[in-house]
Amino acid sequence: MQEPKYLSVYALTKYIKRKFDYDPHLQDIYVKGEISNFKRHSSGHMYFTIKDEKARILAVMFSSFSRTLKFIPENGMKIIVRGEISVYEPSGQYQIYVKEMRPEGIGELFLAYEQLKQKLEAEGLFAIEKKKPIPLFPKTVGVITSPTGAAIRDILTTIKRRFPIANILVFPALVQGVNAAPSIAKAIEKANQLSEIDVLIVGRGGGSIEELWAFNEELVARAIFTSTIPIISAVGHETDFTIADFVADLRAPTPTGAAELAVPHIDELLERVLQRQTRLVRAVKDRLRFEKEQLNRLKKSYAFRYPERLYQQKLEQADKMAERLVKGAERLTMLKASEQDVLFKRLVRNHPNELLKGANDRFNRSQKEISRAMQQILLNNQTKYDRIITALQALSPLKIMERGYSLAYTEEQRLIKSIKQVNKSQPIQVQLTDGSLLCKVEDIKENE
Amino acid sequence: MEEENKLSFEEAMNKLEVIVERLEEGDVPLEEAIAIYKEGMELSKLCHDKLKNVEEQLAQIITEDGRKESFSITEEE
Repeated sequence: MQEPKYLSVYALTKYIKRKFDYDPHLQDIYVKGEISNFKRHSSGHMYFTIKDEKARILAVMFSSFSRTLKFIPENGMKIIVRGEISVYEPSGQYQIYVKEMRPEGIGELFLAYEQLKQKLEAEGLFAIEKKKPIPLFPKTVGVITSPTGAAIRDILTTIKRRFPIANILVFPALVQGVNAAPSIAKAIEKANQLSEIDVLIVGRGGGSIEELWAFNEELVARAIFTSTIPIISAVGHETDFTIADFVADLRAPTPTGAAELAVPHIDELLERVLQRQTRLVRAVKDRLRFEKEQLNRLKKSYAFRYPERLYQQKLEQADKMAERLVKGAERLTMLKASEQDVLFKRLVRNHPNELLKGANDRFNRSQKEISRAMQQILLNNQTKYDRIITALQALSPLKIMERGYSLAYTEEQRLIKSIKQVNKSQPIQVQLTDGSLLCKVEDIKENE
Repeated sequence: MEEENKLSFEEAMNKLEVIVERLEEGDVPLEEAIAIYKEGMELSKLCHDKLKNVEEQLAQIITEDGRKESFSITEEE
């Protein structure tokens, strides 16, 4: 049995690769599809897949080619690529090596323009607050453009016509082709190194979008943004809007327009100077007239015509015040006199004689009161005495005896109150009201 | 006047405007009004002279090595 001839993987892959490489149809082909799995390596190489509904192919675009791309590929983007098919040996995969790429449908430049515009806008390069004011009376105008185009001629003639006293410094730059953007950016940088430039015009005349392209490049946009000198952009015609126009401090529709925006018209300035001079003269004339009128008015014034009026009023015032003074003095005197009178009366009332009289009066009054009180007491006692006497009389034994009672006494004149005080035959004396009876006790009977 | 010669056109114009406005407002004391009027007239003359008497400037071009050369348009088109 004969041993089959084995190939190494490498030899096989090499063989297959050669099949691709020698096929003239695969050496320069155009492929249409959609980008997916897009990756951009830091080296600048791009790796992605191109697919349609039914199939996909790996794709690589080396930096030497991708560098010239104006737009940034993205997943989902419909593209047309030109390239060759070959095999990547380490993985055994065939892929397309892309040399050119452009968006399908819309133009590549349009896409690049939109992408950069969005990016710079997001970064704030178009922000109004970043715009520098354009000086009103520039001494020196810098112009960055081609030294041979129509643009420079328009700008120079316009500035000379309007404002011949301005200095013009031309910074020659390429304004189309691949080297235009770096050339313009460099010129802007150079202009910024000179301190005397008040305003810069950056632009060129009209052309196709490809011819104007440098003004849509990021390099130029950033140079304009970085410039410390205010920049007026003037690219192409009125209808052309470039990225440079958005970043510039002021956009002019044309180079001639830029020159008009950069410098004032000398006749207008002369007119303004004259206007101010006229106002100045008028203002001072008005003022002098006013002051003269004021003076005349003062001269003719009442006070000057009737000077006595100046002091008449004062005299009248003085009179009135004198009158008030006298009246016031009188009133004050009267007031003090009446006060004095009151005080005098009080003094008199308080004289010692008066005091003595008062004391005497009080003394007499007291004496009278005392004697009246004494009499009252006496009277009271008299009445009381009479009442007692009457009561006493009512109780007197004589009174009782008048009603028929009598009193019996012993010989010793002792009132007999009991039978035991007497004995039989003993003499007693019976006292009656109108006399007494001398009796003898006949018998003694005791009450039962 | 010597000092005013150093003023730029813009500064002189602004100064002149301020003076005119002050005079127009009319509340400046008379002596001062006359003094600033004189100053205003000098400024006005200065501005006028700056516009009228300066020679026309020639355009210059910056060469590759940064020198300034006089520039005139070469009609190529």
